[in-house]
Amino acid sequence: MTASNQILPPPTERYTILNWLRKNLFQNWLSSIVTLVMLYVIFVSLRGILVWTLTEGQWQVIIANLRLLMVGQYPLQQIWRIWIAVGIFGALIGLSWGLWIRQKLAATLITLGGPFLLALLPVDTATRLTWVGVGFITAAGFGLARVFPRFLRRIVLVAWLVYLPVVLLLVRGWTAENGPIPTVGTNIWGGLMLSGLIAAVGIILSFPIGAALAIGRMSRYPLISAFCVVYIELIRAVPLITVFFMSQTMLPLFLPSGFNIDPLMRAMTAFTLFNAAYMAENVRGGLQAIPKGQHEAAAALGLSSFQSLRLIILPQALRNILPILTASVIGSFRDTSLVMIVGLLDFLGIARVVLAQPQFLGRHIEVYIFLAFVYWLISYIVSYIGQMIEARTGVDATRR
Amino acid sequence: MENQTPQPKSEAFAAGQPIISCHDVHKWYGQFHALRGINMEVQKGEVIVIFGPSGSGKSTFIRTLNRLEEHQRGQIMVDGIELTHNLRNIEKVRTETGMVFQSFNLFPHLTVIDNITLAPIQVRGLNKKQAGELAMQLLKRVGIPEQADKFPGQLSGGQQQRVAIARALAMQPKIMLFDEPTSALDPEMIKEVLDVMIELARSGMTMLVVTHEMGFARAVAKRMFFFDQGQIVEEGSPDQIFNNPQSDRTKLFLSQILEK
Repeated sequence: MTASNQILPPPTERYTILNWLRKNLFQNWLSSIVTLVMLYVIFVSLRGILVWTLTEGQWQVIIANLRLLMVGQYPLQQIWRIWIAVGIFGALIGLSWGLWIRQKLAATLITLGGPFLLALLPVDTATRLTWVGVGFITAAGFGLARVFPRFLRRIVLVAWLVYLPVVLLLVRGWTAENGPIPTVGTNIWGGLMLSGLIAAVGIILSFPIGAALAIGRMSRYPLISAFCVVYIELIRAVPLITVFFMSQTMLPLFLPSGFNIDPLMRAMTAFTLFNAAYMAENVRGGLQAIPKGQHEAAAALGLSSFQSLRLIILPQALRNILPILTASVIGSFRDTSLVMIVGLLDFLGIARVVLAQPQFLGRHIEVYIFLAFVYWLISYIVSYIGQMIEARTGVDATRR
Repeated sequence: MENQTPQPKSEAFAAGQPIISCHDVHKWYGQFHALRGINMEVQKGEVIVIFGPSGSGKSTFIRTLNRLEEHQRGQIMVDGIELTHNLRNIEKVRTETGMVFQSFNLFPHLTVIDNITLAPIQVRGLNKKQAGELAMQLLKRVGIPEQADKFPGQLSGGQQQRVAIARALAMQPKIMLFDEPTSALDPEMIKEVLDVMIELARSGMTMLVVTHEMGFARAVAKRMFFFDQGQIVEEGSPDQIFNNPQSDRTKLFLSQILEK
């Protein structure tokens, strides 16, 4: 036997930092120059912000107003309700991570350590202890998921489905002033919590509505498809900010007199209906990318058109548009900052309240850097989770 | 009309009535007259091979038999049910008729076993265990039980087509339609698919096969139909077609494909 028809292992390359540097940054004189220039550009552009952040910034404004920025003017003695919501969220994240994404060690450590990191922030001891508690709940969820994966899978999915309604009810309350869970009017909800709730409601509800619109648009029945086309094109032709204004001024005209829904509900409705139009176009793109043969194969097996849609077409369409969905979730989250225009004190809105405090006049750079950082952090986490879901269920996962 | 007096099915066939009968079937794509009066009767257990040049309407015809294409004139009866706009009848015919496509059309988001069990569970109402056992049986029959938990994208073309055959068989159909099942395959994979089809033909399945695999036709076909320009030009047993073709068109076409 000659050497040429032996099955050989792939060549191994010695992987050292020096090798990596040479291969990726200093391969020849041109790449060396590019590397040096880019390093200088990065250094110059970041130096200003870093130096300012670490030396000149007066972060007292954030520390003093952290509660306001997070939950607005939500009454202090009722904040435990929000903590419960956070705790359940931590448990669900821990459980889901343990069930579906456990392989990534670094990400898992950050997820489980996240609440403990938050406990290191300059806050009072009670808050720190609560964050530590949330951390333990998250870790417990992760551990449970590892021990009883089969048993918990369906329960966790259902829990995610009911999580948002339960949280909305808990935050709003349902008893009288002196009862155990007194109602807290939506007019004093605020801060990051409000942004998160608007985004969650808008994104989650817009999803089924958008899918229905996309399917309706492709329907054979001309009235259904015409309705969907008109709806989608009308909404997409209008800026979100206009939709918010209209929801505050025009929506009451459509409702019977004396029937009043509060401004937050109006904003959430407007946001959902707006997002649904964009979601519809995303889903339609996914639907159209499914080859005709898939419809035919499903039909030839005797599946009804509804079964074919539910079991064959939609799952593939959604899988194909996962990257777009992640992007639109992030976009929608950032869009919530526009509700400030109609007088809601969301994360951005409450920041303006903070800046109006006489002792913190002129601290807007600190406040806006903090805002930008939090928006970035949350968007990045969503993006990362999107990538995880893609890796688990995406096209590549079935084509190895 | 026939659909007003539905006949008791199985008894009728015991008396030797055709399981498929087509009478003067026409089909247009816009101005193009794709099928021009097709008449055909198929008895239970027959293996029919349909061949002809591309654009001759052979694929269109076989697709009218489970209404993936709608015919605009004439009558098609499958297993005692006439194909009309009646959706329930169409679904009934489709559950009794398996189809295998040129491009396999497996569901890429489902594993092999889920591809096969989907329709038996959803349409026939089998439970997961029954369907799974049936699927494993069929995978053994087509020779790839070890691939059950893979996704279609991880299989070779020949393996995918065998899964597609198993998927169609899982509905326990009375008729199997094959629309150029080996045309998208590499030469060395054609044989593994044809072997499965030959085994199926010998087990007594009623089959209509659009193909240019003349070896297959010679081995198992009962009758062959030569299509050209939307019409049946010639019909006969493989012996007649290969050794004594009547029409010049058939002779020319056969000489071209047998030369290769």
